[in-house]
Amino acid sequence: MGVVKGDQMILNIGPQHPSTHGVLRLEVMTDGEIVSEIRPHLGYLHRCFEKHSENVTYEQVIPFTDRCDYLAAMNSNFGYVVAMEELMEIKVPERVDYIRVIMGELNRIASHLLALGVYGLDIGAFTPFLYMLRDRERILDMFEYTCGARLLYNYMWVGGVSHDLPKDFQKICIGFLDYFEPQIEEYNNLLTYNKIFVERTADVGVIPADVAVSYGVTGPNLRGSGVKWDVRKDEPYSIYDRFDFEVPLGDGHFGTLGDCFDRYWVRMLEIKESVKILRQALKDIPGGDVHQMLPKKIRPPKGSVYRRTESPRGDLGYYIMSDGTPTPYRVKMRSPAFTALSVLDEVSRGWMISDVIAILGSLDIVLGEIDR
Amino acid sequence: MTSAEIKAAIESQHPGTIVEREDLADHQVELKRDQWLEMATFLKNDPNLSFDQLECLTGVDTGEEGPLETRYNLHSMEHRHKIEVVISHDRENPKVASIEQLWRIGDWFERETYDMYGIVYEGHRDMRRILCPDDWEGWPLRKDYEGQESYHGIVVPKMKEEDGWE
Amino acid sequence: MGVLENKFQDNVIVASLDKLLGWARSTSPWYFQFGLACCAIEMMASAASRHDLERIGMMPRSSPRQADVMIVAGTVTMKMALRVKKLYEQMADPKYVISMGSCATSGGPYWQHGYHVLKGVDLVVPVDVYVPGCPPRPEALIEGLLKLQEKIQTERPLTRKIA
Ligand code: SF4
Repeated sequence: MGVVKGDQMILNIGPQHPSTHGVLRLEVMTDGEIVSEIRPHLGYLHRCFEKHSENVTYEQVIPFTDRCDYLAAMNSNFGYVVAMEELMEIKVPERVDYIRVIMGELNRIASHLLALGVYGLDIGAFTPFLYMLRDRERILDMFEYTCGARLLYNYMWVGGVSHDLPKDFQKICIGFLDYFEPQIEEYNNLLTYNKIFVERTADVGVIPADVAVSYGVTGPNLRGSGVKWDVRKDEPYSIYDRFDFEVPLGDGHFGTLGDCFDRYWVRMLEIKESVKILRQALKDIPGGDVHQMLPKKIRPPKGSVYRRTESPRGDLGYYIMSDGTPTPYRVKMRSPAFTALSVLDEVSRGWMISDVIAILGSLDIVLGEIDR
Repeated sequence: MTSAEIKAAIESQHPGTIVEREDLADHQVELKRDQWLEMATFLKNDPNLSFDQLECLTGVDTGEEGPLETRYNLHSMEHRHKIEVVISHDRENPKVASIEQLWRIGDWFERETYDMYGIVYEGHRDMRRILCPDDWEGWPLRKDYEGQESYHGIVVPKMKEEDGWE
Repeated sequence: MGVLENKFQDNVIVASLDKLLGWARSTSPWYFQFGLACCAIEMMASAASRHDLERIGMMPRSSPRQADVMIVAGTVTMKMALRVKKLYEQMADPKYVISMGSCATSGGPYWQHGYHVLKGVDLVVPVDVYVPGCPPRPEALIEGLLKLQEKIQTERPLTRKIA
């Protein structure tokens, strides 16, 4: 960052700050109120995930993947087990695939709800947050009903899932979807079309498509910039190729393509798509035993695999290296929030400090996953 | 393109850069370390390959006396193909050219690998630790890493095999 | 506190000033919004719609200078530990600390190989109530807060403590 010139000053945001979404520290170089450079400092939540996974068995890594992305723990599990199954060449029963997709999509909705609600909070709208958390609680209840945990599930195992769905899960879930779908319109009325919200987010913090690709930005943030890339569609894993759903793209709804509003809007549309997938999955789910393919001992052959899946924040990749023992040789998590945050410096130059908060919120970062 | 075709393309344009190795899988290729920057530029800019996305960058410690490795997972948004490039480093003095200016995300990925393994990426404009504090000692993800006893006066309690917590 | 029967009118309460202060303090400890990791999400959930902490007088504050209670919700790392201490020192007396979740209590799942994790926040700041769980449910956190309120109630701010 170097020398502070003339009228410049350095503003320190975090590590304790309500709108950094955790313990992130930003060193902001400003000229008056205009930001000229941002230097993010990470690692305040570095919990040594990778070191841990080198010391525990393959099964025991799963709880730690939960704790990396704690807003979408199901999706973190999902990515890990998909990678492991690719390494071990396990084909799981149909029912397991369906259950995983159902859980993954429910968690995607829950995660997006929290992201959007907190984004509203950053911008200064408190009510949508309460509404969205209310509905999120209902999703958490369903998780709790299925596997006993509210937030960190350890639900998906290599080769299966820990518990079968409860008997009346289908009914409850469809009941929830019927209740939930009209709510989306309510959120839109509360927040999306709110004039103040639009003014704060439209045209702010534009990420051009090529910059996004070069910075490895993925998920809703990339799609907000108009790049059609969704791992569920483009490199289908599990059974995502069976479902009929759209990949929503940003279209410069109220401003420029790739602005904060587009990223927000893509998330909102994705919730609708998830509902669509859920309805299809709940309709077609076959019967069967979910523990049938659980391996007695997890000992993958020597080799390595890199597999990415679509978590609510983008491409969640696992690089797993095995040396033939029951302990992983190396597990690396390529976290989508890490790459999304790296673009912050470039896009927020020239904006005001309050816009930096809007840009940061629109990237939807989770510090647990950034620092690991 | 399949991995074999990509390798063939590399071999035909830049003969002699691929290091033969038995233990790598089909989708992996090891390149010579001193030509890495040139090869990376080629991989990114060649219109048939056009690897415009650096998916993942992983450091690996191959244990005891073995070399350190950096593994780059490259992906092309345009052609939808991928390859994994392996570069191995000398354990004592691990160094390789930085690709930070080709793929911007390389900036943070390389800092992270530096933080964890101590691999220095030459030409990187801001080579600092990223996750651990600046005054941290040692390279945590190396296999021979020993945790610190205390940090700024905070003691780290240790589990001893027989007598429980200290 | 008791109502002296029929001595005065019904709305007169007699208590020692000490007790009264303790009681008054206990009913509105404002907490410091200090989310660290996964537990912070549960803390948020307890403040939001269903559980609503505000009904027991707890209101989130973003600045340590306005808060009475610090809820350490999540994993404290080495890099963060000194900041936690600094934040604690910035709070005005009387101040209380709740350690939420097993990470803050003892390092939790990260106790063995977590080279960068502080093994218990009580190594840097004094803790009043420990809430176990990984993560504790919102109900558990509320229980912990009620316990803290009980503790505050028994305090006698005017009585000088004998060392
Ligand atoms: S106790 Fe569990 S839930 Fe809480 S911060 Fe630690 S790992 Fe996360």
